[in-house]
Amino acid sequence: MSKFEIRKRSQSEVTILDIYGELDAHTAPILEKELQQLIEKNYVHIVINGSGLEYISSAGLGVFMAYIEDIRSQDGDIKISSLKPKVYNVFDLLGFPTLYEIVENEEEAVTRFK
Amino acid sequence: MRISASTEELEKIRAFVADHARNFGFGEADVSDITLSVDEACTNIIKHAYKWKKGKPIHIQLGLKNNEMMVTIIDEGKPFDPDSYELPTLEDQLAGKKRSGYGILLIRKLMDHVEYRNRKSHNEIRMTKKR
Repeated sequence: MSKFEIRKRSQSEVTILDIYGELDAHTAPILEKELQQLIEKNYVHIVINGSGLEYISSAGLGVFMAYIEDIRSQDGDIKISSLKPKVYNVFDLLGFPTLYEIVENEEEAVTRFK
Repeated sequence: MRISASTEELEKIRAFVADHARNFGFGEADVSDITLSVDEACTNIIKHAYKWKKGKPIHIQLGLKNNEMMVTIIDEGKPFDPDSYELPTLEDQLAGKKRSGYGILLIRKLMDHVEYRNRKSHNEIRMTKKR
């Protein structure tokens, strides 16, 4: 069974989610639930650190699509960092880099909220 | 390989496909492309053909012919009509309006050839990729 895990940290007003494992149709609801909870609490400055993400399918990408409008309407954003090349490739194939800020490291992603 | 239509099985499907693609001599980039395409096709079957109903069968056949990997995926659910499918746009993505349909887009980008056949008793997706 696909393994996926989220660890949550915060740095001033930014919530950082470290995501690990495989994000597919089986594990996407875990990330979905986490984002829903953050939006409910109005924690909408979100950095996803994907350095531990080994795999993503369109079901995983769909989670980002589902909540980005809500988050941006609350003056927040999701910024994505530290993706492995093979994972970045999937984001790129679906045109994500024009819609989301995808940066090389977490520090840069956090800085973009300042 | 015959598996039960459930997202719990996706990891097993990916391992099966990746092992065979490597044994057929594909490089890691191609192995990733083929594996993701099969995941997307099976996810669509689980979601749309079987509407999340567990226990229904999905058959996956893999072969190599003339330097080309051939993948056939068979299900017995609701047929997919590729003509009625509209490619999602970037605007749809941003507005969060359309969350599905991206799997088919990925398969088209990652594989060399994709074909859907709706038979009386089952549906078939055939896709190929050159080595």
